Amino acid sequence: MAAIEAANLRRTYKTHTGTVRRRAKEIEAVRGISFAVEPGELFGLLGPNGAGKTTTIKMLITLLIPTSGSARVLGLDVVRDAHEVRRRIGYVFGGERGVYERLSGYDNLRYFAELYGVPARDQKRRIEELLDLVGLKDREHERAEGYSRGMKQRLHVARGLLHDPEVLFLDEPTIGLDPVGAREMRSTIASLTAAGKTVLLTTHYMFEADALCDRIAVISKGDIVAEGTPLELKRGVAEVSVLEIEVFGIAEGATERVRGLDGVVAVAVEERGQAQVLVVQTRPEVELTHAVLGHLNGADVGRISRREPTLEDAYVALVKE
Amino acid sequence: MSSLRFIGVSWLLQLKMIMRSPFDGIGNVLYPLFFATTAFFVFQAGRSPRTLVYAALGAAVMGMWSSVSTSAGSAMQRERWWGTLELLVAAPRHFSLVLFPSTLGLATVGIYNLAATLLWGRFAFGIHVTIVHWLLFCLSVGGTVLAFGGLGLLFAVSFVRFRAAWVLGNFFEYPVWLICGLLVPLALLPAWVRPISWVLAPTWGMNAIRQSALGGSPVNDLLICLGLGLAYVAIAVLVTDRVLQDARARGTLSLT
Repeated sequence: MAAIEAANLRRTYKTHTGTVRRRAKEIEAVRGISFAVEPGELFGLLGPNGAGKTTTIKMLITLLIPTSGSARVLGLDVVRDAHEVRRRIGYVFGGERGVYERLSGYDNLRYFAELYGVPARDQKRRIEELLDLVGLKDREHERAEGYSRGMKQRLHVARGLLHDPEVLFLDEPTIGLDPVGAREMRSTIASLTAAGKTVLLTTHYMFEADALCDRIAVISKGDIVAEGTPLELKRGVAEVSVLEIEVFGIAEGATERVRGLDGVVAVAVEERGQAQVLVVQTRPEVELTHAVLGHLNGADVGRISRREPTLEDAYVALVKE
Repeated sequence: MSSLRFIGVSWLLQLKMIMRSPFDGIGNVLYPLFFATTAFFVFQAGRSPRTLVYAALGAAVMGMWSSVSTSAGSAMQRERWWGTLELLVAAPRHFSLVLFPSTLGLATVGIYNLAATLLWGRFAFGIHVTIVHWLLFCLSVGGTVLAFGGLGLLFAVSFVRFRAAWVLGNFFEYPVWLICGLLVPLALLPAWVRPISWVLAPTWGMNAIRQSALGGSPVNDLLICLGLGLAYVAIAVLVTDRVLQDARARGTLSLT
């Protein structure tokens, strides 16, 4: 039995436009996705902002009811058996919210230990263990409002583990952390699967998914566009060549015109100081440098280079399709 | 047992949070004194010592009620801003049980309001409130706090469904002062208002506190007050699942 199973999971939101003449509009955040996560696996849901990662996770942790389709966690239906699902999962999200700032880190954990029904006799020991695990020992009696973003993030992880859940959902846990904090967080996450937990991690950092996950599903505009081990995903886009052109003041519409060229797989623009770098992924057998330059409408061009694809290119190719 | 422990611990932590906020603190210290001052000036015209005691007790319960009605809404709003509301809903405890200690904590602050008002009356206006039945008075105050906590819970549950409903908390503040006889006796109000007064616990809590202080029999009033408090809790528990189901279907839990 899979630890997490989603079958044709779909979620729409209703929103309104206009003030006087209000019109209802339906937005499809998740468009019928299916995947399964095996027990003990660290599964990554990778995608850009607004791709549907958080909506998917919120359906799985019972905070949102799917519009259609179904999902099961540890064999339990997330709508029908919501109460039992909540008892057996942990949820951690990124950012500084989700903490009672006026309470100390210790009191925050004490409150959530009560909320999750951790037996009174085990609470002290459990909280001490987790403070040790996330490196908040000696700071636990300070008010959380004085904690750095990284400390709050680690407090979140401790909170999510208080009741020793079998499955853990981590929604962008390294977002906004400095490189050292993010590295520490990744090592904490890696230790969770070593302890036998099943983890579903959402992130928009390709390298993070690559370093941590056993398998990855790439999600874009509410759909899963690729699924496999990090190696399999990289192989899928290895058959491209990358052309980088430094441009000073790229003309409007130029990117779209380049994207329309025969042989172009994906196009992205990166800002680098005064210049933009047009990153064009092409099929390896085609030579498109002149054709691309022809679409830049005489803009000043700097350095032009060709290189092998990186992991980031693989990700861009998938989400830009 | 575990639920009782949960209520106790989270009530304590709730009080900790209220007491640590300088703005809430100043508001809680000064607000009841303004009510009391207004009431004392209005009732001083009557020149009867008994009327002033009546006003002092009324102003005290006004402070208690204000603490619950305005704060229950803003407490829910704060949970949204802090991003903790989703965490509370995602926990396995019944959501009404999660909310109750929070509204009970606010009602408890009302005990301070009561004490501050009576002391203010004594030192600033020379009104000596002599409590005839101390034990019954304390029971009446405790019962009123519990019933207010129940009513606050009912408010809080609706605030989870309707994001802007915290405004209603402010809206309910003043009418209850009048409708429940906190400022003027119910006998002065039109007859059609009375049924509304009867279903509101502050009416009976106020009566019980006045009766016990002035030497009457508060037992019936106190029992009705507690009964209504229980009824509010029961209704809140019953509607909680429906409210949450609706919020999860509409996806409004994460909105601020």
